[in-house]
Amino acid sequence: MEIKRYIPFIIFLSIFSLLLGCAKQESRVVQGNRAQILHKGNGQEPEDLDPHIINGISEYNIISALLEGLVSEDPQTLQPIPGIAEYWEISDDRRVYTFYLRPDAKWSNGDSVTASDFAFSYRRILSPKLGSTYAYMLYPLQHAKSFHEGSITDFTQVGVKAINDQILQLTLTHPTPYFLSLLNHWTWLPVHPATILKFGKIHQRGTIWTRPKNFVGNGPFILDIWKVDQVIIVKRNEQYWDADTVRLNAIHFYPIGNPTTEERAFRAGKLHITHQLAFNKIEVYQQQQPECLRIDPYLATYFYCINVNRPPLDNPKVRQALALAIDRKSIVENVLKGGQKPALYFTPPNTAGYTSETSMTPNLQKATQLLAEAGYPNGTGFPKIELLYNTSENHRTIAEAIQQMWKKNLHIDISLINQEWKVYINTRRQQDFDLCRFGWTGDYLDPNTFLDMWTSDGGNNAAGWSNVMYDKMIEHAAEISDPNLRFELFQKAENILLTELPIIPIYFYTTVYLTQPGVKNWHPTILDHHPYKYVYLEP
Amino acid sequence: MTTFILKRIFFETLPTLLIIATLTFFMVRLAPGGPFSQEKSVTPEILENLKAHYGLNAPLHKQYFDYMKNLLRGDLGPSFKYPNRTVNELIANAFPVSFELGLYALLFALLVGNAAGLIAALCPNTKSDYIPMSLAMLGICIPSFVLGPLLVLIFSLWLGWFSVSGWDFPSDRILPAITLGATYAAYIARLTRSGMLEILNQDFIRTARAKGLPEYKIILKHGFKGGVIPVVSFLGPAVAGLISGSFVVETIFQIPGLGRFFVNAAFNRDYTMVLGTVLFFAILIILFNLVVDIILVWLNPKLRFRE
Repeated sequence: MEIKRYIPFIIFLSIFSLLLGCAKQESRVVQGNRAQILHKGNGQEPEDLDPHIINGISEYNIISALLEGLVSEDPQTLQPIPGIAEYWEISDDRRVYTFYLRPDAKWSNGDSVTASDFAFSYRRILSPKLGSTYAYMLYPLQHAKSFHEGSITDFTQVGVKAINDQILQLTLTHPTPYFLSLLNHWTWLPVHPATILKFGKIHQRGTIWTRPKNFVGNGPFILDIWKVDQVIIVKRNEQYWDADTVRLNAIHFYPIGNPTTEERAFRAGKLHITHQLAFNKIEVYQQQQPECLRIDPYLATYFYCINVNRPPLDNPKVRQALALAIDRKSIVENVLKGGQKPALYFTPPNTAGYTSETSMTPNLQKATQLLAEAGYPNGTGFPKIELLYNTSENHRTIAEAIQQMWKKNLHIDISLINQEWKVYINTRRQQDFDLCRFGWTGDYLDPNTFLDMWTSDGGNNAAGWSNVMYDKMIEHAAEISDPNLRFELFQKAENILLTELPIIPIYFYTTVYLTQPGVKNWHPTILDHHPYKYVYLEP
Repeated sequence: MTTFILKRIFFETLPTLLIIATLTFFMVRLAPGGPFSQEKSVTPEILENLKAHYGLNAPLHKQYFDYMKNLLRGDLGPSFKYPNRTVNELIANAFPVSFELGLYALLFALLVGNAAGLIAALCPNTKSDYIPMSLAMLGICIPSFVLGPLLVLIFSLWLGWFSVSGWDFPSDRILPAITLGATYAAYIARLTRSGMLEILNQDFIRTARAKGLPEYKIILKHGFKGGVIPVVSFLGPAVAGLISGSFVVETIFQIPGLGRFFVNAAFNRDYTMVLGTVLFFAILIILFNLVVDIILVWLNPKLRFRE
């Protein structure tokens, strides 16, 4: 009985103390600025932190703090600069790269980073049993493809050789001019062999070596805490060879998938940097807090892929008519509003210095004329075709705008179909569509990452399009090292693409996100990579 | 009572779970796309290796029996989406959070719902009836994806009393609990009101009044015990729903609970995770229905006599 009497009092007291606990405090951002702790929104919960397993940028954002490859990236241009390799030599035929590793490069447990660690890592990712979906990034290495596909099993045949602890020699099949940039892709990051073998076999998938107490890295930060779906904390690695350059003491990554929730967290001072920003918020920030809004160009193209084997789209004139009758400027300015650029060619401008000189010129008169030449004067007799996109508000709005433009300009009807992501991927793979929304992000800084997609045997060539000349040019471009000659070949290939149009480029992406003014050295980069060791916070 | 419980477990619970597991196992595999389909294409060789790793290249019936064998040992298998985690581990991580949130939401729903229902039932068809009942109707109608952001806007961004999102401090529990509990509070209020109205017109209440018992005793001791019976029946599935996590509330407040795993697993075609969460949810529902049945027997003497 005695206790019962106090229950209301206890309840009141606990509610009161809770409210006291949440009285206005200094925000996390202000505290972070003082303590050099960066709070970053990071999209989805990472699948894993194993560079040989992961598939996306959310994971890379964290791994790039934990591991460092042979080369590293310039924080502004992303050009390759010395990383674990202090310097390197390239043979005259540009097929043999010899890397000289820093003697002072250490793993976070104190072990030296050696050439054989890299050889082990490359062997691991190329092991067929590991099932790495990005292992093809290592295919420029001699015989890497054969090893990965299982046709050879002796790794010594692959072009990777640890001459001694400090010297690593990589032999390529062809001179690959973008090879050093390629080395900055996450697949080339090294793993600590003893740690991998402690928790499983070299080719074993899904072991627990990436857990906080187990993870041994060689990057500027070490993994401290990983609370699933809550936060991942990395802290300064004192063993890192360039620890003096590192200014942040820790980075907290928050897996906030919902842009609205993330924006509220930013507004409340819980985040220094968001992963994204909802389109409907862009104008608000432009007007009220332009200093927080960031719109950076991004190496990706948004386009519609055409199934060229289905009439009437098998006729290039129809495809050209469709491509010319889209007002991209209006889509970018009135629908997207995120600083995107209209895409009048396929490879994003200034991809490692390459910008297509040819471009489509939207022209309604010509579009109508082309459609008439194809046998559909003024759209009469044009069969109803379907446009497929994965379910999303943005894709729907764009599709509706284009549907309207085609209706108004060409007098043709298309119907819109949306499918849930995995269903859409499935439909796309089976080429069971007329037109299909597609987005392509470059993996590395070179036009090749875009243009080799449309070769006849390209795994992502969903258009079913094939052109012998195009294939030859892309193949030839992979074999030569003269940059001017390569770009000429890419230009010719792109010309074919723009005449044949198995795709309709629509816009070039941007990354739109928010940063607090205190974040310094966070430069706009086309791959959205931001080497953390240079970043610091100003109170 | 023991026979009743054992009967329920062996003749109802286990067969139900078996049917659910079997149906889910095959249905999730019927969905187009698989756990490894992604934007950039994967070569057939890699796909085969991935399938081999997870045993997906075996004939379907073998996969099924293997899964069932592991299930009997309580092993829900590895997650396909998160390769270095098992489904058991992910559920064990997320469930306590959902459980805690659900418990606070339940507490809120019961406190507010019962109080409002009681007040309404005591003065039927007056202001004290209409106001709480209109609010309850509003509570049922406002979806959590509206209420949540609204609460955040007022109490976090304007007043600064609470954190906008996260699950770090005790105070982070309040807004999500209210958001999650509001609809339930509204239902409970309506159920309490109708239950109480019915009981208060019974003969034994009149007898109690005639005996000259104080009003609060009549209402709380004699009336309430019978009046909450509809609420208790409602609570079985409701508690299971509350503590198994809510996708919407977890997304709004960035809470590391089970609800998001449950929904995302389906989007990711994470077969084992879908099965694991569905079975876990099924067990919760069955368990709470059983508990409710036991409580109902205790609350309602009529049921006891029948037994």
